[in-house]
Amino acid sequence: MATISPSTAEIVRQSGAVPGAEYLLEVSSVRKAFPGVLALDDVSFRLKRGHVHALMGENGAGKSTLMKIIAGIYTPDSGSFKLKGQEIKLTSPLDALQYGIAMIHQELNLMDFMTVAENIWIRREPLNSLGFVRHEEMRRRTKELFQRLDIPLDPETEVRDLSVANRQMVEIAKAVSYDSDILIMDEPTSALTDREVEHLFRIIRALKAQGTGIIYITHKMNELFEIADEVSVFRDGRFVGEHKASDVTRDEIIKLMVGREITQMFPKEIAPIGDVALSVRNLCLEGKFHGVSFDLRKGEILGVAGLVGSGRSNVAETLFGVTPATSGAILIDGKEMAINKPGVAMDAGMAFLTEDRKASGCFLLLDIMANMQIALLRHGFATAGFVNERKIEALCHQQKNRLRVRTPDLEEPIINLSGGNQQKVLIARWLMTKPKILILDEPTRGIDVGAKAEIHKLITELAVQGVAVFMISSELPEVLGMSDRILVMHEGRMTGIVDRKDATQVRIMELASQ
Amino acid sequence: MATDISTAAPTSEVRKAGRRRLPPELSILAVMIGMMLLFEVLGWMFVGQSFIANPLRLRIMVLQEAEIGIIAVGVTQVIIMGGIDLSSGSVVGMTAMIAASLAQVAGYTHAVYPSLTGLNPIFPVAAGLVCGLIAGLINGSLIALTKIPPFIATLGMMVSARGVADWYTNGQPIGNLSDSFAAIGAGWWPVIIFLGVAFIFHIALRYTRYGKFTYAIGANPLAARVSGINVERHVILVYMIAGLLSGLSGIVHTARAISGQAGVGVGFELDAIAAAVIGGTSLSGGVGRMTGTVIGAVILGILTSGFTFLNVDAHYQEIIKGGVIVAAVVADQYRQRRRKGA
Repeated sequence: MATISPSTAEIVRQSGAVPGAEYLLEVSSVRKAFPGVLALDDVSFRLKRGHVHALMGENGAGKSTLMKIIAGIYTPDSGSFKLKGQEIKLTSPLDALQYGIAMIHQELNLMDFMTVAENIWIRREPLNSLGFVRHEEMRRRTKELFQRLDIPLDPETEVRDLSVANRQMVEIAKAVSYDSDILIMDEPTSALTDREVEHLFRIIRALKAQGTGIIYITHKMNELFEIADEVSVFRDGRFVGEHKASDVTRDEIIKLMVGREITQMFPKEIAPIGDVALSVRNLCLEGKFHGVSFDLRKGEILGVAGLVGSGRSNVAETLFGVTPATSGAILIDGKEMAINKPGVAMDAGMAFLTEDRKASGCFLLLDIMANMQIALLRHGFATAGFVNERKIEALCHQQKNRLRVRTPDLEEPIINLSGGNQQKVLIARWLMTKPKILILDEPTRGIDVGAKAEIHKLITELAVQGVAVFMISSELPEVLGMSDRILVMHEGRMTGIVDRKDATQVRIMELASQ
Repeated sequence: MATDISTAAPTSEVRKAGRRRLPPELSILAVMIGMMLLFEVLGWMFVGQSFIANPLRLRIMVLQEAEIGIIAVGVTQVIIMGGIDLSSGSVVGMTAMIAASLAQVAGYTHAVYPSLTGLNPIFPVAAGLVCGLIAGLINGSLIALTKIPPFIATLGMMVSARGVADWYTNGQPIGNLSDSFAAIGAGWWPVIIFLGVAFIFHIALRYTRYGKFTYAIGANPLAARVSGINVERHVILVYMIAGLLSGLSGIVHTARAISGQAGVGVGFELDAIAAAVIGGTSLSGGVGRMTGTVIGAVILGILTSGFTFLNVDAHYQEIIKGGVIVAAVVADQYRQRRRKGA
């Protein structure tokens, strides 16, 4: 069969012709290897018109790789592609877009210093006869698009002024604006709050009704059952099975994903609660939050809930001295400390796992060892400036095994690891400093169930050993399951602290939106 | 632990393929050797003599590049840290003048400081080094504390330091330098100094906390800060070291030329950056090695002396040199992309 070119495909699509084939996309026997890892091994995948097809699998299972192949970002080593029954070959993301395949990336790919409208219409700016961009028209189209999707944003805002959640909505709008037949969403809800997730689902349902096929990668089980028609499960670069979302249960999927059963999601053990380790009095960072006061005891896990943008992360950054407080007091073991930079916080026994792995966590160009040891170097491990490589390497190996970081060796650049494994490396970085107070900002965001359970277990173990844990999370089940008490924030204020026994989803949500 | 995912890791053959990782300098070393052989062949074809088997030529080549090399050792560290230093060449000019003014022979009546002639060479050397350190301190402080881009801060220093060099004696060269000072630039000393500092900072980059922090800041300054690194202090330190090495280069140059001239060092900063980049240091920071920079400096030297040897016109030399620098970076980008597998 003759292949059709991307530009022909685009013209056909614009003519509004409805394809006859039942499957929008059929991918078969795809194989892709990276140096050190076989990412996909003989994988096949089919997508029906007007269906939402969820992809599940642990980090590193190959979901994102497959999607990047479908979106033309990676070229597969072998395998065939059929779009609406026609054999095609993708060589670039642009090809994919012309064939009607758009992708919402897991990492945000917007240009900070450009406006929302410019970001959405990049490469497709409406031009006048002289080749100049028609800004008015671009703004009108953006407004129209936002109205259709019910997104309350100004097209003229610069992207850098938007919150992470709003950026994600812009990404979604951008992908929708291509009016593509196939829309790939790679964990679109990881930065969204419940309300925004609802909004996204409304958009997805509308697209479905138009016949768009949606590939939906997620780690969240409840989303799967709410939105998906089919689910394909991947494990270790292999396709494990396809099911109708209506005839499969949560436990069955987990079993497929990990190849075993996970008995308990949130293994909370009641740890002996000790003395107050961290005491915060009326903490305030101008323009971000104010009046935050709490005590955190040894062995206690203090969960922090609230919508994205409620100031949760700002509190964590201030506690660790990244953005020093404008007023208020921080007492560690009863002693007031002026924590004006991270070094001071670390010397006081604190550790801080940041929210954004890529921006403030990983040194992407460096290898795993360099990433793990960097915080430790402050705490000795160097004689006259020379680093004790052997000692540190042994410690890194120990952490790698303890946290089950999946990698051929410690000299692998961290950029080649999956998100979950990167997160484990960052956790190892902080555990190596033997912290007394552990601040975790979204410790399990974008992490597969297996790794998630391991991390939860680890946090609980640390609490039992007497570490005081301050844990921010957008996932209510996680906060409810793990915490001894839950601090709730709303718009820069602390709206309450709820005890474990009184905590319910409803109670927390009330406080978070009060 | 209750869970086990390690059993289902990628297949072992693929793993092994990823393990065999050659040091990245090997390819650039191959380029260097290839270039020498090329000139050797061209030499027999067009000039009728050997390029390599000529100790005098090799010595001139190495000596020429030693001064650039000393600067490149500092610049490499600055670039790894995600910065850039455009001021090195001008700092060479400035230190040349200051060091020369304190190194004049005893009793020379037309000396810059007639009362300060015949000093022990320690004084001019110390003055030159301090002068470089101060330039680096200003560069680093501007960058770390005011957060202006390194390009701008060091561009300012480039202009100002050259101004200081010209102002110092109103552009008059400083001659009649003492033999004991000139000895620093005699014989193989410049080369020994170059290889010495390269070795010291090779060790520092690879095995000390200083080096690890330098790579970390270049790879992700924000993550470095959150990891408790005092980023500002470290940035200032690295620029000071770069300034110090520029000063050292200025001293070596002055001693070798036995004269201080305000115009020396023009364009040295770009040659030093070129040496680092040819050697595989990434201008976006976080990547680079001292061994690569040494090889990069030698490659530049081979180019210059090879073309001179072949009697290629100086203008053509520059044109080709530009092309080689760009080609080196293109090749490096290609290699990195392949390594990432995208």
